[in-house]
Amino acid sequence: MSTSAFGRLGIGRLGIGGLGETLGGLFSRKQGAAIAAAEAAALRSDRFRLEREGDWRRLEHIVSRIEAGRIGGLSDEDLVALPALYRMMVSSLSVARETTLDAATLGYLEGLAQRAWFVVHGPELGFRGWFLRFFGGGWSAAVRAMGPDILIALTVMIAGTVIGWLLVAGNPDWFYTLMPPQAGDTRLPGASRAVLHATLFGKTAQTGLSVFAAQLFSNNAGVSILCFALGFAFGVPPILLLVHNTGQLGALLWLYHGQGLTLDLIGWLSVHGTTELFAILLAGGAGIHIGRAMAFPGTRAILDAAAEAGRRAATVMTGVVLMLVVAALLEGFARQLIDATVPRLALGLAMLGWWLTYFFAYRGLVGKR
Amino acid sequence: MAPRPWQSQRPWQKRKLGDRRGLPANRRRREILTAEGLRLPLTIASRGTRAAALMIDLVALIMGMTMTTMVLSWIARGVGIDDPHANATVKAVYETLVVIWIITMFLARNVWFLWFELGPRGATPGKRMTGIRIAARPGRDGAATRLSAEAVIARNLLRDVELFMPVIFIAGALRAGSDTTLAGWASLVWFAIFALFPFFNRDALRCGDIIAGTWVVEAPRGRLDSALSLGDGAQGISTVTGAHYRFGDADLAIYGEYELQVLERVLRDDRPNVMAEVAETICGKIGWTNGTGDERAFLEAYYTQLRARLETGMRFGKRKADKFDGT
Repeated sequence: MSTSAFGRLGIGRLGIGGLGETLGGLFSRKQGAAIAAAEAAALRSDRFRLEREGDWRRLEHIVSRIEAGRIGGLSDEDLVALPALYRMMVSSLSVARETTLDAATLGYLEGLAQRAWFVVHGPELGFRGWFLRFFGGGWSAAVRAMGPDILIALTVMIAGTVIGWLLVAGNPDWFYTLMPPQAGDTRLPGASRAVLHATLFGKTAQTGLSVFAAQLFSNNAGVSILCFALGFAFGVPPILLLVHNTGQLGALLWLYHGQGLTLDLIGWLSVHGTTELFAILLAGGAGIHIGRAMAFPGTRAILDAAAEAGRRAATVMTGVVLMLVVAALLEGFARQLIDATVPRLALGLAMLGWWLTYFFAYRGLVGKR
Repeated sequence: MAPRPWQSQRPWQKRKLGDRRGLPANRRRREILTAEGLRLPLTIASRGTRAAALMIDLVALIMGMTMTTMVLSWIARGVGIDDPHANATVKAVYETLVVIWIITMFLARNVWFLWFELGPRGATPGKRMTGIRIAARPGRDGAATRLSAEAVIARNLLRDVELFMPVIFIAGALRAGSDTTLAGWASLVWFAIFALFPFFNRDALRCGDIIAGTWVVEAPRGRLDSALSLGDGAQGISTVTGAHYRFGDADLAIYGEYELQVLERVLRDDRPNVMAEVAETICGKIGWTNGTGDERAFLEAYYTQLRARLETGMRFGKRKADKFDGT
């Protein structure tokens, strides 16, 4: 009885011992101390482990350093060795899965493999690389890829404006529903031409412009993020938000039109509006993009479709936030400092031209890659 | 130590067939296939852990926001904003402070999570403390994918809506002086929809994870326990009594890999009363009668010889999962 177990062990050692040694020679470096310790181990799987432990620990050390963000503290040899160590560890794990029943070794190797994988295959570019790719065509490519959704959003925005106008034209009471009256706001139905004119011009001496701009940005960014984020409810909320916001625009246009100030209002709005409305258009488009991908995923799984659309939309949204910064600066400063309709219109149209060129004509570095 | 699927209060005693399948930790196991052709096991982070991580982050965030506000208002008082006859310079400084405050509040909400999750650890401080991280969800074929910057941005843009919108509802109602009860209920419903979302899918994804193609997994803790087959105990020789433990084929054939791993845990935990109990159980099974006091050596010998037998079997393609496995 008692000898048979050992007999089996002995056969095991003789039978494939030779193969084991050659494999060991291939995978490990010559590490005298580790080999000596390995000789003392009773199990072959533990010898396998002890021979390679040094390399695993070295890899673990490098990975820990990189995880802690102290990549600069690593020696050149370590960085050069990282891919080789990683591959060696991967093959160690494959062998260990077939030969060892030591849960500690397997657990450690699986954990190390996971950490090393995240480091070796981590985000492919640093912030600089991302920044260059984003402005060098990644942003405009993402915008172009959402073409149909942007068209839908544009249609909705135009429709919203027209609806706002028609509602208020039919019954001026709608104005109060669309634009809840705020204290001190003189822009109400029945206001005289002089009052409305004063809201558009003559504010160059105003102070607190920077605060105004910052508030505008914070508020608008919040609304556009909402517009994007609600897209995953199949795109319906972004459409409603767009209609609501442009409905106000329609109501305002009707109000100023009644006093013959349409062009002045458009000038006043266009300084920042071409940028801001464009940003809102893109945010709405991004929301619709996600909603459309989820509602009609085509041949893809719904989660894959949502993820693909979501990543593209996130690129666009990063740009939207930047556009809103620009819009807030224009609204907070340029609109108050430029006190005539024609320069305002010129600035607004120039901004619009710039964005259109950047998004639709600029192919950037993406094409070259 | 991280909980293992086979870990229960007394794993060597009570276990029925199929038990392992039912344990929550095992249901959260997933596998991804790397480019090297390696199957990497991952464990989806539990919802409770994620909630805890979020709480830690929120507390840190709110503390940071409060500190910023306090420091800025302290500076504002320092330059004399309370003075009714303040001159233009003071007003300009005050204006700048307000702008800084607005921008900081916006950035705090949006950049805290973004900044940390874009780092090499893929985890905010809260996630790091609770031992979880974000990762890209694999494709349908299980192939592992990289975590991209866009994905991190997407999942955190949605957080703004999931988490901070209810606060904005209530704040808006307070400012407009309208009914806060209604706003309270609305924000509660809103919050509930997003907070309960992870309970209705297998991978505990929140809305942001769905949009971004990410999931949250447990970050492995790297610690390699010592090899067990070193030393005299593994050779079957007791250092206490000098006895030699040799087990026959039939003695070792009763257990499988599952029991081996339980035994490994018992040896690593090294608690005398547990070891005595386990040694007694094994002795009862194989019909030995041992004295007490030398359990560790007995178990080490049994462990090493059982593992040698099972690993030899493995090399020949014969595996025995547990004691119920027939072969």
